[in-house]
Amino acid sequence: MDQLFVNLKAWFLNLLGLFLPDWLVMLASIVVSGVVILCLGPFIMMYLTLLERKVIGRIQNRYGPNRVGPWGLLQPVADGIKMFTKEDIIPAYGDKLIHLLAPIVIVVPALMVFLVVPFGRNMTAVDLSIGALYFLAISSITTFPIFMGSWASRNKYSMLAGMRTAAQMVSYEIPMTLAIVPVIMMSQSLSTGAIVAAQNGLKWFVFTPWGLVGFLIFFFCAIVECNRPPFDLPEAESELIAGFHTEYSGMKFAFFYMAEYMNAFTLAAIAVTLFLGGWQGPLFPSWLWFFGKTFALIFMMIWFRGTFPRFRVDQLMGFAWKFLLPMTLVNILVTGFWHFNPGAVGWGVSGAVLVGFFFAITALNRPFVPEKRIYELAE
Amino acid sequence: MDLLQLAIKTGIYTLMAGTLVFALGVVMLKNLFHAALSLAAVLIGTAILYLVFHAEFMAAAQILLYVGAVITVIIFAIMLTEHIAERSIIQRNKQSLPALLGVLALLVLIGKVLLKTPWPVNPSTLDARVSVSDLGVALMGAYVFPFEVISILLVGALIGAVVIARKDSRP
Amino acid sequence: MNLIPLNHILIFSLALFGIGIYGILTRRNIIGILISIELVLNAANINLIAFSKTTSLSPETGLVFVLFVIAIAAITVAVGLAIVLALYRSRKTIFADEVHLLKW
Repeated sequence: MDQLFVNLKAWFLNLLGLFLPDWLVMLASIVVSGVVILCLGPFIMMYLTLLERKVIGRIQNRYGPNRVGPWGLLQPVADGIKMFTKEDIIPAYGDKLIHLLAPIVIVVPALMVFLVVPFGRNMTAVDLSIGALYFLAISSITTFPIFMGSWASRNKYSMLAGMRTAAQMVSYEIPMTLAIVPVIMMSQSLSTGAIVAAQNGLKWFVFTPWGLVGFLIFFFCAIVECNRPPFDLPEAESELIAGFHTEYSGMKFAFFYMAEYMNAFTLAAIAVTLFLGGWQGPLFPSWLWFFGKTFALIFMMIWFRGTFPRFRVDQLMGFAWKFLLPMTLVNILVTGFWHFNPGAVGWGVSGAVLVGFFFAITALNRPFVPEKRIYELAE
Repeated sequence: MDLLQLAIKTGIYTLMAGTLVFALGVVMLKNLFHAALSLAAVLIGTAILYLVFHAEFMAAAQILLYVGAVITVIIFAIMLTEHIAERSIIQRNKQSLPALLGVLALLVLIGKVLLKTPWPVNPSTLDARVSVSDLGVALMGAYVFPFEVISILLVGALIGAVVIARKDSRP
Repeated sequence: MNLIPLNHILIFSLALFGIGIYGILTRRNIIGILISIELVLNAANINLIAFSKTTSLSPETGLVFVLFVIAIAAITVAVGLAIVLALYRSRKTIFADEVHLLKW
């Protein structure tokens, strides 16, 4: 049961090997992996949109979409048909080539990250020796098509949104990268398969003091990288119409939408791999554990969306540079200390240093927090 | 595996030709934004070329640093100084013909020297695969001094860039 | 690396270098000059990696050097663009031949 998909693929390749030469079977193996990922990505994205609308609906004390199929299960199909058949409007003075390229360039990296995600035991598409670094590099390309999209629209609001988005994404990449460093230190390898194998049994990294802090920092940075609320200043409907994808409609908007949800899934999957133990778990098949943990994290992301108000842009930047970055640096030091002092001393001192530093940083930042505005009501 | 090798070789030569075409785009396109996009394409092509040399860490580092950060800074600067560059004017100054001749002469000279030199190919290095931990050991061991100097340089550049580009808020 | 002879890679990086130098010499826009500098630095990087793979005695020397060159290129661009922004704010121009107050 655990190796169900691996055995399916091996059976299929054996069947092909009966009447095809060797190198063609190798090519077929690559094609099968590619096709599975290309189908899995958009399929997950479709049902993620439905999940989000239902959960947000329940948080807001109403049902989500429930007309289109039983429990609204065919709603994504209806959404897809709508997106395909909408008219494609291009701004007249915009840059047509870049307007066309931006949605394409944003979807390709979102799909490429699926290659290093370990979906189960022996179920990584490509176990690269630099898996974690590959994921960081590919998700850092995402800032670039946002600029392209906002520039090509020739719209003041799109340009403002694009610059804010780029600043936000570049600032939050740094705590994200530094939060991964303790994980790499402890598992002595950059490959995602090795990182999951180093957390065997129930020794997940999140149950250690530095792992917990690292997981929280990485999770916040992941929410920012997908432009999800409460950090969704680039797409804030009340301020910037729709941000950098204002002038997009139809299938191009669907690509931006797809890239955002696939990014959310991928970042949750990587957080699970690096901190929560990947596919490790006692009783059930490994891929069931993996998808369960990933969807638990995605549920938390949707919960944050329904609960918190939006950050202002200066609060956002201050949070990254003045709070998250020092925390990640102290985290790295504490990890080293924890590794060389196993036992109660290591745990106690690490926990104390992290908590103490958190309070110190909050106290140091207090003079710089903008003061609350006092509203006077007219009588 | 001859077919496979031939396919890989064709792929690598196409990659090099494509990178050169995008590099020509960088220096000749009038619209500065398009030139920055061509630069991004050149950098990604170079990163893929590093993969041919089994330097995967360098490829990932190149994409992370160059395409993720340097291009973002360049595009920020282009967007902030935008309305001047929108004029459709000639982008080449008066020195374009002598520059072309000079560069061609330089290329021919260096090319001749390059093709004549017998490069001492070391077979043991050809098969060596450098892993990330080897790089880490080298960086902390033999090259720790340049590493520390570059961190000081980065701090200096950070402070310098902020000081130069700050608005003068003197009353 | 047994696929491509060393000379071909060197000719490619030489061509990239030449295109970069042509860009530095002829672009009017200062940001255009900066992105041509990036091309030159990339050509040097390709050379370093090619040589570290084939003729060097210790294979990780070239790679460490490449890391430093990438860091210095990023620094160059950052400080150069800060200067461009300061120039734009005071002279309202970003063309290299319109900034000639100190010429004779």
